[in-house]
Amino acid sequence: MSSDIYKDIILDYYRNPRNFGDLTDADVRAKDSNPLCGDIIEMQLKIRDGKVDDIRFKGKGCAISQASASMLTELAKGKTLDELKTMGKPDVLELLGIDPGPTRIKCALLGLKVLKLAVYGHLGQAVTEEVKQLV
Amino acid sequence: MESLYHIEADSLLHNHISRELALVEELTTINVARIREDFPILKRQVNDKPLVYFDNAATSQKPKVVIDAIDRYYREYNANIHRGIHKLAEEATVAHEEAREKVAKFVNAKRTEEIIFTRNATESLNLVARSWGQANIEKGDKIVLTIMEHHSNIVPWQLLAEEKGAKVEFVKIDKAGELRQDEVHELIDEKTKIVCVSHASNVLGTINPVKEIGRVAHRYGAMFLIDAAQSVPHMEVDVRDIDCDFAAFSGHKMLGPTGIGVLYGKGEQLENMPPFLVGGEMIREVHTTGASWKDLPYKFEAGTPNVSGAIGLGAAVDYLCGIGMRNVHDHEKEITSYALGRMKQVEGVVIYGPMDVTHRVGVISFNLGDIHPHDLASILDEEGIAIRSGHQCAQPLMEFLQVPATSRASLYIYNTKEEVDLFVNALEKARKLFAR
Repeated sequence: MSSDIYKDIILDYYRNPRNFGDLTDADVRAKDSNPLCGDIIEMQLKIRDGKVDDIRFKGKGCAISQASASMLTELAKGKTLDELKTMGKPDVLELLGIDPGPTRIKCALLGLKVLKLAVYGHLGQAVTEEVKQLV
Repeated sequence: MESLYHIEADSLLHNHISRELALVEELTTINVARIREDFPILKRQVNDKPLVYFDNAATSQKPKVVIDAIDRYYREYNANIHRGIHKLAEEATVAHEEAREKVAKFVNAKRTEEIIFTRNATESLNLVARSWGQANIEKGDKIVLTIMEHHSNIVPWQLLAEEKGAKVEFVKIDKAGELRQDEVHELIDEKTKIVCVSHASNVLGTINPVKEIGRVAHRYGAMFLIDAAQSVPHMEVDVRDIDCDFAAFSGHKMLGPTGIGVLYGKGEQLENMPPFLVGGEMIREVHTTGASWKDLPYKFEAGTPNVSGAIGLGAAVDYLCGIGMRNVHDHEKEITSYALGRMKQVEGVVIYGPMDVTHRVGVISFNLGDIHPHDLASILDEEGIAIRSGHQCAQPLMEFLQVPATSRASLYIYNTKEEVDLFVNALEKARKLFAR
């Protein structure tokens, strides 16, 4: 494992999460947890013209799970739903700037899974196996 | 086995009191430096730091004598046991059964055949729930557990109760992390058919007063089972003194290999129980019209057993006996006391469980401020320190304590005060990192 897993940026997003809270006029909400450690993430999205107009997240859990979810909300804003569908593990690792290693990777990917659940939910499409297996 | 203490006979004869006092000191404390030499893995570096292994409640490390015993079996006398009429089969059978005798003596069972080899404590508990439970639990019966049980001493009973229409009730704990004796007396009654209690908690470290609880259970004619997975490796456990009907424990937590566990049962109970798993090894005769079972302990050991596992466990028992379980327990009390004292000084540390080391084993669950246990475990791992984090396979207890998860440091004979210092320094480092 990288010795700088808790880089300043991760701790900063954990302590001061961007886009944390509720969207009263959200078009879609999704929530999931990691049964192994109990981390929980909820995402709320406002969609306009097929793009993410606004986004919030809420959750509880370790710094990796909460920071990566917060970073993802910033990345998702303004993106089309199709673009979000193509996002994967490399995008999250790029955001974090580290590879948290095999024991912690699921913490990092929980936010991505929930974001994708929201996208598929809004489109009324079945969630792919790939998404289900993220966490 | 070679003695692990330095006893210089000469000093007993002709030296003055201070020398004798020093000797008494040596007799009551184990030589940890020498013990550490016996565990090859302790020489390992993790993230360029010396390994500090504080995850002993999950599994212990293995001394060379255990590794060698397994190695020797596979190199020199590997064979299937009990049926082969050849030299290797004979040697393997003898070694397997000697291991059973060692375990029987270790926990002071009355008869060797009261020791059933299983895969682990979980399988031992399932064996009792499936075999004894199926035959004896009826609609309206009560099964009494405690809130501090490991999932493996909860779920088999929940399934059984659901199937039979029986009820599962939990004895809760007080603020000190000890079982509420008023609830022990309140919950155990004439409807109670079995009482299942962890001897030592894998979360709180609490040593429960099993002898007293067993007396209450027996007063109402109930069976009494102890989950001894966290006690047998760390202290003297005498099943006859405790007077439990069943005791379950795992080999891998007591310096033995994984894949070998033990169920102790009183002979009269085991004899009346139907088999658990059936098939090879455990049958006396099979005809197209039916089958009959072997006597104890083989009735409960279907299929080719884990021969190397049993032999490894036997070697682990020898090793522990060489040190002496009283010495093991004394060392752990001393180091646990030191760890609790040092940890209390770290700002923001909350420790769950009794602070009195005479009531606990070296399992210390805690939280540090609002740092998530998984983050803490990752930070400690960077320092080469292995701890456990999460719900510790005890979600009902976590709910009762109202914490989503804890971190857990668990100690054993090879751990030192210097390692505790490294651990506490790492806690300070984590605290500062997250305080920014």
